[in-house]
Amino acid sequence: MKFPEMSDAADAPGAPGDAIVAVDVTRIYELDGVSVPALRGVSLTVSPDDYVAIVGQSGSGKSTLMHLLGGLDRPTSGTLLIGGRDVAKLTPGEMARLRNETIGFVFQSFHLLPRTTARDNVALPLVYRGVGRRERRERASAMLERVGLAHRLDHRPNQMSGGEQQRVAIARALVTGPSVLLADEPTGNLDSTTGQSVLTLLESLNAEGVAVVLVTHDRDVAGRAHRQIVMRDGLIVSATDLVR
Amino acid sequence: MRIAEAWRVALDALRANRLRSVLTMLGVVIGVGAVVALVSIGTGTKQLIERQVEGLGSNLLVVVPGRVAAGSPPTVSPLTLDDLDTVNRVVGDPSRVAVTIASGETVRAGSQSAFASMQGVLETTPSVFVRKLDRGTYLTRTDVTTGRRVAVLGAGVAGSLFGDRDPIGRQVTIAGVRFRVIGTFEKLGQSLGVDRDSEVHIPVTAAQRLLGTDRIDGLAIRAPDRDTINQLGASVVAALQKAHPDTDFSAVTQEQILGVLGQILGVLTGVLAAIAGISLLVGGVGVSNIMLVSVRERTREIGLRKAVGARPRDIGVQFLLEAVLLTTIGGVLGMALGIGTALVVDRLSPVPAAITWWALALAFGVSAAVGIIFGVVPAQRAGRLDPVVALRTE
Repeated sequence: MKFPEMSDAADAPGAPGDAIVAVDVTRIYELDGVSVPALRGVSLTVSPDDYVAIVGQSGSGKSTLMHLLGGLDRPTSGTLLIGGRDVAKLTPGEMARLRNETIGFVFQSFHLLPRTTARDNVALPLVYRGVGRRERRERASAMLERVGLAHRLDHRPNQMSGGEQQRVAIARALVTGPSVLLADEPTGNLDSTTGQSVLTLLESLNAEGVAVVLVTHDRDVAGRAHRQIVMRDGLIVSATDLVR
Repeated sequence: MRIAEAWRVALDALRANRLRSVLTMLGVVIGVGAVVALVSIGTGTKQLIERQVEGLGSNLLVVVPGRVAAGSPPTVSPLTLDDLDTVNRVVGDPSRVAVTIASGETVRAGSQSAFASMQGVLETTPSVFVRKLDRGTYLTRTDVTTGRRVAVLGAGVAGSLFGDRDPIGRQVTIAGVRFRVIGTFEKLGQSLGVDRDSEVHIPVTAAQRLLGTDRIDGLAIRAPDRDTINQLGASVVAALQKAHPDTDFSAVTQEQILGVLGQILGVLTGVLAAIAGISLLVGGVGVSNIMLVSVRERTREIGLRKAVGARPRDIGVQFLLEAVLLTTIGGVLGMALGIGTALVVDRLSPVPAAITWWALALAFGVSAAVGIIFGVVPAQRAGRLDPVVALRTE
């Protein structure tokens, strides 16, 4: 087994200010005694103002990479720094804290709590940060206003359209002020017009200084990013800087 | 996560599945209710018996032949009125000593009859036991020495023989022999399962003649004070033993009777409460089961919560609180059910009930503990869920 390097952010690869640094990261699942490699050695750096699209067929390892970048999972080997912290050295509780402070997730299926209003859904990450109820509601309302849903504060997910639900999810991802927004097929469940507006929203957030990492198999969506990373069989096969 | 927040989330989760929550609680409600009701009834019965034993008179010492122990055979009494003199000498005050010879007899007046516990006694009985007269007078010293055929009737006997009429001065026949009624007792009710209103007191001498014997069943002594009661009992037993070397005698104090009865009732109450406690256990298993279902159902929610920053502990606490809420709400409802049942039983049946705060506190504590114990496994399972796997769950 390859032991993760006991290194500080300073001697780690990449610039000190990088949001996420992955070096030669692998992820191998053990299924019924059979080793299934999902990632076979991936290196990637996400800088603070990045707009990266990760594309690839299903089974290419892009979702696994996404989970690792978001601190939901740990690499089997290699070094992974999120917000300058080596995830190999963190307890599950510390990982949760790191996700809360550094990462915002946007999922294809929105993952909103069904019986909960838009405002309380958005406020959820603040619950785990120990923010008081009143301040939570204020910050959640402000964030919903920012994504254009000021009129939907007390609506439940089933009272909103898909696009609106995804905006709620984006507001939830942003409410803690993360440095990276990880979006897994954010337009996958939306029609093209709604998808466009969600992408526009993500891009305006990126312009304000939030790194955006997008996982998609839609070439058009990927083409709007500043960088495009193509994955196949658990490896990065190409990384292209696109014209801004 | 703040604990107040966790309570709110847990409560919301229970509300979302109202019917299921209520059904799950029901097991705990019934368990706690049964424990509270049974303990209340047990305590009430114990208190009633204590009052009844104390109602017999304070510092009472009962002297009977034989050993007072479970399983010992009844002993034929060798005591006679001669032994009374011996006991009187030991006690030093004849007014503190009573004797009895008892027999079940049919008492008749005209066409009416009643089955009575006939008791041959001394005139000292009212000063040894607590017996109050309703009408007339009690037996006198002369009645006892001359074996006069006079009787004092218990309220029940007087009622069934004479109804509302005044029985004083009227004739009754006891075992075919005529007696004159000189008094009636105040109504007493039951004591230790004996209907004390069916007693008929006649002079011990008259009773001995009626039964063709010179024996007496036993003696009762009212000790001057509590401190010397055991010593007095020992002296009386020693004196009687000397007169009747072949027989054992026992002196039993009221406290000993209370102690034995209290123990028996305590064990009975404990056993019943334990049986009721089993249903509480079953309720707990139900809670555990539902919590496991809930964890599985809400796997996606758990994954999402973890993704946005919930620590394993936050999730575990949330599910644990949910289980504890289920059982404590169930516990409070169960207490209400138990108190209600106890009150109904108390009102509608001769069995009394006493609700004690410690039984309620215990029931609440146990139901909370059941929630914690049976909630831990589902909570741990929820807390340890892998967020990646949880988020993928459909």
